[in-house]
Amino acid sequence: MTVAAERLERSWESPTVLARVLATVDHKAIGIRYLVTSFCFFVIAGTLALFMRLQLAGANQDILSSETYNQFFTMHGTTMIFLVATPMLSGFGNYFIPLLLGARDMAFPRLNAFSYWVFLSAGIFLYSSFLFGLAPQGGWFAYTPLTEEQFLPDKGLTFWALGLIFLGISTTAGAINFIVTIFKLRAPGMSLDRMPIFCWAVLATSAMIVLAIPPLTGASVMLTTDRVLDTHFFDAGLGGNVLLWQHLFWIFGHPDVYIIFLPGAGIVSEVIPTFSRRPIAGYYYVALASVLTAIIAFGVWVHHMFATGLPQVSMGFFAIASIGVVIPSSIQIFAWLRTLWTGRPQLKLPLLFVLGFLFTFIIGGLTGVMFPMIGFDQQVTDTYFVVAHFHYTLIGGAIFPIFAGFYYWLPKMTGKLMNRALGHANFWLLFIGFNLTFFPMHIVGLMGMPRRNYTYDEGFGWAIYNLLSTIGAFILALSIAVFILNLLYSRANGEDAGPDPWRAGTLEWSISSPPPAYNFRVTPIVRERDPLWMPDGFDWADDAPETGRRRPVDPLQHELIATSVLDGNPDSVDEMPHDSYWPVILALVLLGLFYSLLTEQFWLAGLAGAAVMVAIGGWLWPEQLAAPEEGESA
Amino acid sequence: MTVAPMFDRELPREVAGPRSTGWWGMVLVIITEAAFFTTLIASYFYLWSGSDSWPPPGIKAPELVRPLIGTVLLAGCSTMMVLAERFVKSEHGRAALKISLALTTLLAAFFLSIQAYEYSVSELALDDNAYASLFFVITGFHGLHVVVGLLMSIYLQLRVWKGHFSPRRYLAVQNVGLYWHFVDVVWLFVLLTVYITPNTLTR
Amino acid sequence: MEDSERTPGFNIRSFLRPRPLPILGALLASLVLAGCGDRQSALDPQGPAASTIALSWWIMLSIAAITFSIVMGLVLWAVFRRQTGDPDEISPAQPDEDSRFILTWGTVVPGLVLILFAGFIIYTEVALADDDDNPAERIEIIGHQWWWEVRYPDRDIITANEIHIPAGEPVDITVTTADVIHSFWVPQLHGKIDLIPGITNEIQLEADDPGTYRGQCAEYCGLQHAHMAFTVVADDSDDYAAWVDQQQQVPANPEDQDLIAGRQVFLGSACVYCHRIAGTNASGEIGPDLTHIASRETLGAGTIENSRGNLAAWIIDSQHFKPGNKMPPMDLSGPELQQLIDYLESLE
Ligand code: HEA
Ligand code: HEA
Ligand code: HEC
Ligand code: CUA
Ligand SMILES: [Cu+2]
Repeated sequence: MTVAAERLERSWESPTVLARVLATVDHKAIGIRYLVTSFCFFVIAGTLALFMRLQLAGANQDILSSETYNQFFTMHGTTMIFLVATPMLSGFGNYFIPLLLGARDMAFPRLNAFSYWVFLSAGIFLYSSFLFGLAPQGGWFAYTPLTEEQFLPDKGLTFWALGLIFLGISTTAGAINFIVTIFKLRAPGMSLDRMPIFCWAVLATSAMIVLAIPPLTGASVMLTTDRVLDTHFFDAGLGGNVLLWQHLFWIFGHPDVYIIFLPGAGIVSEVIPTFSRRPIAGYYYVALASVLTAIIAFGVWVHHMFATGLPQVSMGFFAIASIGVVIPSSIQIFAWLRTLWTGRPQLKLPLLFVLGFLFTFIIGGLTGVMFPMIGFDQQVTDTYFVVAHFHYTLIGGAIFPIFAGFYYWLPKMTGKLMNRALGHANFWLLFIGFNLTFFPMHIVGLMGMPRRNYTYDEGFGWAIYNLLSTIGAFILALSIAVFILNLLYSRANGEDAGPDPWRAGTLEWSISSPPPAYNFRVTPIVRERDPLWMPDGFDWADDAPETGRRRPVDPLQHELIATSVLDGNPDSVDEMPHDSYWPVILALVLLGLFYSLLTEQFWLAGLAGAAVMVAIGGWLWPEQLAAPEEGESA
Repeated sequence: MTVAPMFDRELPREVAGPRSTGWWGMVLVIITEAAFFTTLIASYFYLWSGSDSWPPPGIKAPELVRPLIGTVLLAGCSTMMVLAERFVKSEHGRAALKISLALTTLLAAFFLSIQAYEYSVSELALDDNAYASLFFVITGFHGLHVVVGLLMSIYLQLRVWKGHFSPRRYLAVQNVGLYWHFVDVVWLFVLLTVYITPNTLTR
Repeated sequence: MEDSERTPGFNIRSFLRPRPLPILGALLASLVLAGCGDRQSALDPQGPAASTIALSWWIMLSIAAITFSIVMGLVLWAVFRRQTGDPDEISPAQPDEDSRFILTWGTVVPGLVLILFAGFIIYTEVALADDDDNPAERIEIIGHQWWWEVRYPDRDIITANEIHIPAGEPVDITVTTADVIHSFWVPQLHGKIDLIPGITNEIQLEADDPGTYRGQCAEYCGLQHAHMAFTVVADDSDDYAAWVDQQQQVPANPEDQDLIAGRQVFLGSACVYCHRIAGTNASGEIGPDLTHIASRETLGAGTIENSRGNLAAWIIDSQHFKPGNKMPPMDLSGPELQQLIDYLESLE
């Protein structure tokens, strides 16, 4: 190891074990935490689904009571959407965005740590409702007035509403961090149109988060005050309106489904070129498609409300907008197809999962475009047909790409290749289990089975399809177990991956696996897209062949080069913050605040609020007098 | 192609404005907060559009003198922050900087006391009806933002005393200024929505 | 092991070759069968609206199946086709050809398909919105957690969970709710319409032929959302007139001693706070109207069949059948219960 590397190591590694656990601001550590934590939530929520499937395996079964069943599907949906799909993709974003950009960390490393701790705390907060038997039972979109105190008086929905407000802080902070990182920390020379598609996807996603979380937070605040302070936002008797909730929720909810899908598509846009051995076809179109999806997504929410009796004309408008959203998806699909077609595809595991993604997602998308046929939607909405649609899109559009991402990037994270046989078993069990679980739901939905029914009668022909679904769900669970096994086995016994096992084109493959704490010893200078594939695509700032060139300001310290938003020209040298305990402290204080709001101990809440202010003050106070300030906005 | 021109100048270590990450962070916070207030204000008009009379029968439209005074006070805060940013950039502005920040704090406190007074004399209660709920929740959230702005100005004051700022290092001041402008612009929308429209557009 | 093999070997490839299309085909085929002979299937339409919708589904399914086969076929072909040249070499991007391909297949072609589709949507919606201005009957439905109140305002009929309509004629249905959101849905006749607090919604139903069509609440409304069903009975015109006539009767005062005793049990118990029986003091509105309870097919909004044994069991402990429903268990002695049941069974 060179002297420089040692010096870097010392300044970027956490000094003590305690610091490594609680104070680290390393985006790689935080990314892994996101992945592991959300995977745990995935197993929990999946297990809830298994119980639901057992209950539904036959007619009139008695495994779960109606109350438990209702709690289970509420927590299953809420967890999968908020604690699995979104944070899982933030996990990949956290780990790989800086690496793909050639940066040493995220723009606001402490805010990043804070986002994680808040995510964890909010997850614990939501799940602690189970301990008191008070899990929410309003469904994942918690329609009022059912969710008002009058109809569900226990604390379950207060848990839910506060939990989502709390989690929103984490998601928003994370999104802001991604945007600023992508805008400002790209390696010198990496103009916006040289950055990998995954970054575009995360950028579009983050922009959506910044705009879509506030309606959810606003609605949840109103629901909370309705329940706790007796306001009347959703009380039709006193000037409120129950549809206000639906509008606000879906103004968030529809963009949210693309918040989940776009990063998945971004992963696909990394995997397909790598294994097709050519740059992605239509780079600009694919990047633009992400942005376009993000924009159109805000204009279609009413398609979730076609049965509420809104005027035909306004439904018609939203129906047409909803089919418009197909165009960006089809741009991406055909760009991927073109890439595969004109490249030389190598069917390795990540690409196999991508094929699974295409198969499922296209089916899910095609049922999606049927809903704008308003009459048809009124027939199938709130039936298992919709359940089938959204599992095809969510699992197709997020879980398959996530697995593709694992098989593609885990070697970078662990330094070991994944086992191939187990990987194939994983894929086929997932693929077969998935389709067996969810394809029959289309049929059973058309046959008239409503969703969110804890039981059903004989005589409708539903039982057999439900049994198939249940069997499929257990095959699915097995595939997840095989994945966990593969992960553990390969980490211990896998072959060494080396820096670049796939001979891929992006910057993360230019450094060792796993990468050192400081990522890049020397800042790369980028001249092309897919820099590793192109002759002269990039070079390291200090071993460029030019002589007589002035040595760039190459920060050997705890520093990095920030660049300009469009062109990626060097702008400044930023000192990056060191480990800090403030983020975890602040998250814990906030957790206290939310518990005291939950229990309506307002004096305690006031105290916690003051503690929050103190913690923020402590966080923002510069460490040394001369140190430049950082993260004021945090 | 050569990259040398990229590095042919010493890179600065202190930047502010769009060249700094902090500025972008603050701008994004403001965007997401603006979306939050948009949600509240849109809800106000949505509920209004669905009701027969607004404000509901028996409730007077809010009176305007206090909020208009409040508007002046908040405009003062913004002005003070504009000045503060100017002073921090000049070599000789220390004392003026301290004074402008102190005035920001003072004006904000004044605004908050007016609001507290208004709440205390209001005939409305949060749990009367949706109109009252909107009134208190919208103005309450705005008030909370003023509290935060006030705390920020105190925080800056402390740092000025500690000598943290210099003509080239003032990002924090700039960001707090941005935040205050945002709080004030939002106030204009709140004023228009909650106070002025019920007085002018009745139906 | 995920070895570093960079040429996809043929043996592995043929092993991997998925055969999703035949499987999908089999599953699709089962869809066609799914429509037949069920009382709640959208694929077995029995009215004009449901038929239009079902037709639109089959058309959309065909287009979707074709689209899927083409796109997935191309993907699989691209991956599994025979390749030449150095497998690891990087082929360059072809900006112009790539763009042309993506623009053609990714925007123009789907754009055209979608424009046609939009036209199809508008056409279908206009057809569906074409309500008859002279409905044969007007019915008001009021949703309750977890049962349906049914009123015929022009005929002074109040009943529950069982809606009679004249077959072959359009019927206007107005829906409101007494508590949370529910959704009114008879798949064989039409799509859903939500029952929303503060809002009055309407839907027009028509059944082609006499028959019984099951419906079910389709918006999650709490504990017993799963047991909030109802039936629509389409009668030919004679039967319908007879039914109306029967429902309009106020039950005569019983003369049989046993029935008088039964009525006394009813009027002397808590029943009266929640249930109404025309011609008596019982005028509760919390539960279903029982004036003609014996004429109905089910109890508890489709939960159980209306039989003597079930009726008794329901009254003693409805919570057993429908946990969480709003009728408390009733503590009645054996003889009282017998008399009560006799009385209720007389309420044809
Ligand atoms: C990742 C998540 C995800 C994604 C990507 C999508 C994608 C789409 N969704 Fe879906 N949707 C959900 C998640 C998702 N959805 C969820 C969770 C719900 C239910 C919430 C609840 O009720 O609990 C839902 C519900 C839902 C509804 C409401 C149904 C109802 O409740 O009644 C509607 C209605 O319009 C809809 C439409 C669409 C459309 C048009 C797309 C389009 O974006 C699809 C576009 C993609 C394709 C079409 C396939 C690929 C394209 C081609 C192969 C090109 C050629 C195609 C053509 C020419 C047609 N979705
Ligand atoms: C990303 C989102 C996502 C994902 C991945 C899933 C995954 C699954 N979902 Fe669902 N689902 C939703 C989002 C998601 N879901 C949403 C939003 C709703 C709506 C909720 C509502 O109506 O409010 C819903 C609703 C929903 C319903 C409808 C309930 C109802 O309406 O009554 C059903 C029914 O079958 C279901 C089933 C499943 C199953 C079987 C899986 C499976 O894929 C799960 C597979 C995973 C596992 C089984 C993990 C367990 C693994 C193991 C046990 C391995 C062993 C462990 C170790 C070795 C440690 N989901
Ligand atoms: C506290 C209110 C309450 C009382 C008291 C009460 N009921 Fe009920 N009853 C209900 C409700 C609510 C339902 C509807 C339950 C459902 O289907 O969810 C119902 C349903 C019924 C039904 C089924 C009606 C149908 O069409 O499905 C019968 C029969 C019935 N009650 C009889 C009685 C009798 C007899 C008594 C007295 C001995 C009684 N009820 C007392 C509230 C009450
Ligand atoms: Cu009523 Cu569901
Ligand atoms: Cu949607």
